[in-house]
Amino acid sequence: MGVAPAVTAPGAPRRLAGRGGAWRRWLSPDEVHRRALALCALSVFAVVVLIVAETTRGAWPALHEYGGRFLTGTAWDPVAEKFGALPYLYGTLVTSAIALALALPLGVGSAVYLAEIAPRAVGDAVSFLVELLASIPSIVYGIWGMFVLAPFLRSIVEPWLIAHLGFLPLFRGYPFGIGVLNAGIVLAIMIVPTIVSISREVLLAMPRTLREAALALGATRAEAIGVTLDAARPGILGAVILALGRALGETMAVTMVIGNSNHISASLLAPGATMASVIANEFTEATSSLHLSALVAIALVLFAFTVVVNWFARLLVLWATGGRRDVAGAA
Amino acid sequence: MSPARPDAGPARTPAGPPGARPALAPLPVRGPSLLRRLHDRGVIVLCYLAAAVVILPLVLIVGQLLVKGLAGLNLAFFLHLPKPVGEPGGGVANAIVGTLILIAIAALIAVPVGVGTGLYLAEYGHGPFGGMVRYTADVLAGVPSIVVGVAAYGLVVVPMGRFSAIAGGVALALLMLPTIVRSTDEVVRLVPRSYREAALGLGAPRWRTIHSVVLPAAAGGVVTACLLALARAAGETAPLLFTALGSRFWTTALDRPIASLPVYIYDYARAPYEDWNRQAWSAALVLLLIVTVVSALLRLTTRRIARP
Repeated sequence: MGVAPAVTAPGAPRRLAGRGGAWRRWLSPDEVHRRALALCALSVFAVVVLIVAETTRGAWPALHEYGGRFLTGTAWDPVAEKFGALPYLYGTLVTSAIALALALPLGVGSAVYLAEIAPRAVGDAVSFLVELLASIPSIVYGIWGMFVLAPFLRSIVEPWLIAHLGFLPLFRGYPFGIGVLNAGIVLAIMIVPTIVSISREVLLAMPRTLREAALALGATRAEAIGVTLDAARPGILGAVILALGRALGETMAVTMVIGNSNHISASLLAPGATMASVIANEFTEATSSLHLSALVAIALVLFAFTVVVNWFARLLVLWATGGRRDVAGAA
Repeated sequence: MSPARPDAGPARTPAGPPGARPALAPLPVRGPSLLRRLHDRGVIVLCYLAAAVVILPLVLIVGQLLVKGLAGLNLAFFLHLPKPVGEPGGGVANAIVGTLILIAIAALIAVPVGVGTGLYLAEYGHGPFGGMVRYTADVLAGVPSIVVGVAAYGLVVVPMGRFSAIAGGVALALLMLPTIVRSTDEVVRLVPRSYREAALGLGAPRWRTIHSVVLPAAAGGVVTACLLALARAAGETAPLLFTALGSRFWTTALDRPIASLPVYIYDYARAPYEDWNRQAWSAALVLLLIVTVVSALLRLTTRRIARP
């Protein structure tokens, strides 16, 4: 560089400056290549727009017909063409709440074990098993919940709950095995890997000095862990909300174990239905166009729900890990 | 407890420096009170328990699958078509082939578009357009699979006029796309700047640099990401219910409904025949073996490569 005089330089700069240079540049392999890649990127963007447009278009007749009553109505009767989605909203929220109540303490507890207590090798091995749990297809959880968990709940857990906690409306009724409680437990098993792996990453990203300072001040190990947990709270909250997003949209396992009833019942032992499960159940059997449109409207509501929840979660995880997208995208 | 992490020492007695100001008696330092020690033990034991309870379902599910599914697994199960109700036997040959066809269609769509988008984001995606695409990929990643199924129904099944393998493949491609985009983006960005600078310095144009230097350097990660996405898509049921629909026959036509392993399991598990339920367990075991073993192997190999 710098030895050869500028005179021997190829004519590229001159050509660019000359007549038709803009065209030539537009057709240069580099530009064509860049535009081809940009086209791919544009198509990803377009696909999301198409999904939103298509669900909105499909949902329009039902939303137009019922308006706000679609979300507050409790009657879902395809024969009489009455569609109120509240039972499904309720079912989705209750099953997700049970799942979170079970998965949150277990998930954070094991994340603490994996990040703070276990030796590195054990932590890595157990995390690997947890990731394996996340890769099991949801239909496999469904068949397990249906044939293994349901009889266990029906014969052992639910009779006990009815006998000892039956004074609460939550645990009144008959032990079906299949129902909201079963769906909540299966969902908890399915979302716990998300909580564990992201919380562990967040905890590992915390500065060691936090714990060391706490220990130096005379804190016990548990108290030092408490200090780290306190600092990691936004990230762990993000992990939990990300898991919530997954629980809201989970379909197959829930459809197989929830019992599919469109009545709102205070009891956790009763069968119910979620937004995702009603779509899976009724979509191919919907005969009237209004029924189909009502199901698409439920899909739209579910979509909006999960987008908001995921957006919020990602923001929290990004903030907590200092902008590490790989962690935020782990789920 | 690992030796690398010192416990909060229980009772250290600070020895005063000899000779200096003997008037100050050494401060009596006591260890944590009994209550705090109990709290410490309790919290740590609870964390151990939580980890054990989280792993427990994995053991239970895999164990049950082996117990209930292994009995029905034989060569005929892989080679035969489903039998009508009442006739014993039958297999999942068409479902396995159907799943492979669906996955192939999905890969044909999602891999080129996904890798192209990932490359764009890593190499050129610093502006607002890149940020927008990244955000939409994140949104797509969070869309529930059943909603993707509903959208694919409206976008492909309705215009085509029938359920088809193509519709199922498109739905699965939509699910795979964000994973591939995001992983390609990450992996390509890990390729050191010096590689690009060396290639550009040797006179290679930018597109040659990207395709002959950057992409090969990142190929391992990109291939792994694509295979992981494929494995996950192979286990998806919800988006296939009203796109590929399912079939009890030997179909390979792409514009007709097609069988798939997950939908087969769903149908057979809900059927009121014990024989069918048994076959559902066997099929679930096959699916688990395909999906989980593939992803486990991939994760193990990349772990070894990717860990610094």
